[in-house]
Amino acid sequence: MINLKRAFSFALTDFYRNKGISVSAIFVLTLTSLLVTGLFLTHGVSSYLIDTIQNKIDITAYFKESTSEQDILSVKDEILANAPNTKSIDYVSKEDALSDFLQRHKESEVFSKALIEVGGNPFLPSLNIVTGGNTTQYEKIAEILEGQQFEDIIEKVDFSEKKATIDTIFSITRSVNIVGLLLGLVFVFIAISIVFNTIKLIINTAKEEINTMKIVGASNWFIKAPFVIEGGIFGLIASLVCLLLTVIAVLALTRFISVILPGFSLVSYFFSNLFLILLIQIAVGVGVGVVSSIIVVNRHLKV
Amino acid sequence: MIKFQNVTKIYPPSTTVLQEISFEVKDGEFISIVGKSGAGKTTLIRMILGLETPTSGEVFFRGQNISSLEGDYLQDVRKKIGGIHQDYRLLLNKTVFENVAYILEVEGLDDIEINSQVPKVLEAVGLSDKLNNFPEQLSGGEQQRLAVARAIINHPDVIIADEPTGNLDPYNSYEVISLLEKINKVGKTVILATHDKEIVNKLGKRVITLEEGRIIRDESKGRFLI
Ligand SMILES: Nc1ncnc2c1ncn2[C@@H]1O[C@H](COP(=O)(O)OP(=O)(O)OP(=O)(O)O)[C@@H](O)[C@H]1O
Ligand SMILES: [Mg+2]
Repeated sequence: MINLKRAFSFALTDFYRNKGISVSAIFVLTLTSLLVTGLFLTHGVSSYLIDTIQNKIDITAYFKESTSEQDILSVKDEILANAPNTKSIDYVSKEDALSDFLQRHKESEVFSKALIEVGGNPFLPSLNIVTGGNTTQYEKIAEILEGQQFEDIIEKVDFSEKKATIDTIFSITRSVNIVGLLLGLVFVFIAISIVFNTIKLIINTAKEEINTMKIVGASNWFIKAPFVIEGGIFGLIASLVCLLLTVIAVLALTRFISVILPGFSLVSYFFSNLFLILLIQIAVGVGVGVVSSIIVVNRHLKV
Repeated sequence: MIKFQNVTKIYPPSTTVLQEISFEVKDGEFISIVGKSGAGKTTLIRMILGLETPTSGEVFFRGQNISSLEGDYLQDVRKKIGGIHQDYRLLLNKTVFENVAYILEVEGLDDIEINSQVPKVLEAVGLSDKLNNFPEQLSGGEQQRLAVARAIINHPDVIIADEPTGNLDPYNSYEVISLLEKINKVGKTVILATHDKEIVNKLGKRVITLEEGRIIRDESKGRFLI
């Protein structure tokens, strides 16, 4: 207990006396932490992008007004039988379509008035199909819906997104992800080696000190603890600095990102993942700080 | 208490520093090890602390073969020996006070004890007004006296002093040596390595003379003769 208290006080004194070294260690740890946080946020943005694209209704089939629900469901079964990986097929009846529409435009009188003027329910029953971005499935479904088999009951098929666009977006996100991952790995590797070398530098200057401590009889634990604690303090401060910088960056970038990606709010993504992000930052900062001190001190303890 | 048995030290590839050294230091003895520069005094002393291992032969501390000790067992032996090193071996990142206090902290003493003992020892070596200086802010002689204070703070059974007066003026040399004599009088063992002829002759205690890695003389009331 008294030893632990001492280890802390040694660590704090050393931290204060070697300000230059402390600052540089915190700097590199902050950099690493920022990098990992950046990767996390980028991942969030890109998976949102992919999700939105994949969940877009890409085919809507409208049926003739008199078509029975049974017939429509048989079309659905036919599609599922031929394209089993289809993400979703939802049957929307005339009534559902109407109430959906009213729900969506309940604030606008113009629409409701227009509806009354038309009289009755102008909507057609439909199947909303999400293929999930698989091109062959997409083609198969299109084939079924446009073929002769259901010619009589289908009013029209709406390919809301052009297939080509979907394809390009997919190939872009895929390559962005691969490049991002590779870049991320490279950066993490560079960061770790910088951190390691900085801490090595710090402890190399303490090499004589560690030697002397051994000569006067201090146990390994007694020598090691202050360095490890110091590494932890570096990491903790680095995570706090990193958190602060991240918040600033998120606030600054949110607008920009919501322009490119309508519907995505970086701020709310950040705050809803705050706990996880905090955990990552502390784990990276403190983890790297502590582990590298342990590795380097151990090297010098062999006197 | 300390025993050298046929100890030979050869630094690779072929620098023979000590050859077939055998002697024993009894509890409470004051023993001087003398010899020219390069005779092997420091090497011999470092072996007692387990900082060098003999190429052949054994060094015993209270019956334990030092080179067979590892980890905390070796550290326990080092704790029982107060070492004054030729190159001082001070903790450069700690103040004068903290350097001495560190020894007591290693032993797990509480702060009250430390705060009362450390100033007394620093007073005894004349460093009372430098408590908050760092070693680099001390003169050579002051650093040496700090090394002495650190070696005696925890009342070790053995003091090993490698040239403890090398950097001191005659007055301070006399102070340090009489401090060692005082410690010896209360029953502690002192091993002193030096090439200061005057000191050795004045002491009138056992002297081991090293030459070219061998013991050429071992006399109980020895003189410095080379
Ligand atoms: N690590 C080493 N590698 C090779 N040779 C060494 C090493 N350490 C010491 N020596 C040699 O061993 C010899 C004895 O050195 P040592 O330091 O024991 O002498 P000393 O008697 O203490 O001398 P001084 O009075 O100058 O302190 C010297 O010739 C030195 O060059
Ligand atoms: Mg020497």
